[in-house]
Amino acid sequence: MMAYLRALRAIIWREMLRFLHQRERFVSALVRPLVWLFIFAAGFRAALGISVQPPYDTYITYETYVLPGLAAMVLLFNGMQSSLSMVYDREMGSMRLLLTSPLPREFLLLAKLLAGAVVGLAQVAAFLAIAALAGLTAPAPGYLTVIPALLLAGLMLGSVGMLLSSTIRQLENFAGVMNFVIFPAFFLSSALYPLWKMREGSEWLYQLARCNPFTHAVELIRFALYGRLELTAAAWVAGATLVFLLLSFWAYNPARGLMPRHTKSQ
Amino acid sequence: MTAALSVTGLRFAYGKGGFALRDVDFTVAPGRFTALLGANGAGKSTLMGLLTRLFTPDQGDIQICGHDLRRNPRAGLGAMGVVFQQPTLDLDLTVRQNLTYAAGLRGLGGRETASRIAVLLERFALSARAGDKVRLLNGGHRRRVELARALLHRPPLLILDEPTVGLDAPSRRDLVAHVHRLCVEEGVSVLWATHLFDEVAPGDDVVLLHRGAVQARGPAADLLAASGTDNLAGAFQVLTAEGATA
Repeated sequence: MMAYLRALRAIIWREMLRFLHQRERFVSALVRPLVWLFIFAAGFRAALGISVQPPYDTYITYETYVLPGLAAMVLLFNGMQSSLSMVYDREMGSMRLLLTSPLPREFLLLAKLLAGAVVGLAQVAAFLAIAALAGLTAPAPGYLTVIPALLLAGLMLGSVGMLLSSTIRQLENFAGVMNFVIFPAFFLSSALYPLWKMREGSEWLYQLARCNPFTHAVELIRFALYGRLELTAAAWVAGATLVFLLLSFWAYNPARGLMPRHTKSQ
Repeated sequence: MTAALSVTGLRFAYGKGGFALRDVDFTVAPGRFTALLGANGAGKSTLMGLLTRLFTPDQGDIQICGHDLRRNPRAGLGAMGVVFQQPTLDLDLTVRQNLTYAAGLRGLGGRETASRIAVLLERFALSARAGDKVRLLNGGHRRRVELARALLHRPPLLILDEPTVGLDAPSRRDLVAHVHRLCVEEGVSVLWATHLFDEVAPGDDVVLLHRGAVQARGPAADLLAASGTDNLAGAFQVLTAEGATA
């Protein structure tokens, strides 16, 4: 058991170190949601009226509405970034070191995903701190109750990324795949506007958004930030995490990129 | 005495292509330096991938210090240290951080990690570079760090896949000498894959791999005698000629 904990700690520690060394990654992870929060939201505020809806008890500003969605956006980009680093590690060879550790491969991959989720948590903490400095705050206990929600959502998005990375043979192909995942996932969710608002425009887009796991990740974070557990969203996110994890474990081929051709054995 | 590494009837094919490895049999005796000698494309890296469980053989068994790699991978992988052909250090981390990470993956505790790192840095004359990012080290030093990393958990078996690729001649000699000393002084068993004949000492064991099959194996001196030559390059020519076996 100690060996597992030590390996988990080592993997998280390395991911944090790598993240701290990549200052540009940290800055861009923060700039993206801050631009949405302070520039786009200022324009959208006039166009979108938000009615009173749970978990909010009163009318809220548009900035307050998008805050959880942008926190989820940080996790979404971080999840894809983590999977990009898995493709990079695989191409550069450092994945071999991980996979020749005497621990089960599934545990090592899960540890890698957890490490990515912890890095995502650190990014969201920095984002929420800056938002708080600008006067956009949630109830104080919400900053604690949101942590498990952020970790679970981070794990789900990381496992989606790992599943994607398992289908990609080369690093260069990754950017295209990200565009086909990140933008549809983000815009087809409740991150920027409530789903009822989307329904006014298009019933089928609304139905699609309802089935989007990212929508439920946003809602899980939104409610958790206000100290509440949204069971439907939690079940969706937990279920999607499990499915994506199992699929990525099944699909992950450590040999890809190491061998001249696709191997038949796993 | 149990062999450090025992490979029996190993077969592996890529997809539906022909076999990359065919009925490979050999052993690495405890405390011996065994050179896996073969030209490019002979199947050395494929064999290394199977030994380190990056791939699974289609057929055959791999025993590491008596542990079946398929049935008990944890014990098998735990008994080996690996230096890969491709550098696998994190360039943006320091030497010490790279070693600490690897120690964690092997389940070493904090105190043991610190003491092992200190011993190995000293042994490989890297103490002064412990706080340097790996990016700042030359190729020879990087290889030494990888060797130190492979030895962190005191493995009885060390597997190195063409570890001198890209090194200049002095660094190459230095690394070969280091690893030979490990066998003599610490009883570590070594499997060293190479295509360079001058990395094999007269007292070493040799497994000669050619087109995915073991063409000859035994002490280097025996192969020389069997081939009727006085150098390994000549022996290689003779023993890999069509139809030759030893």
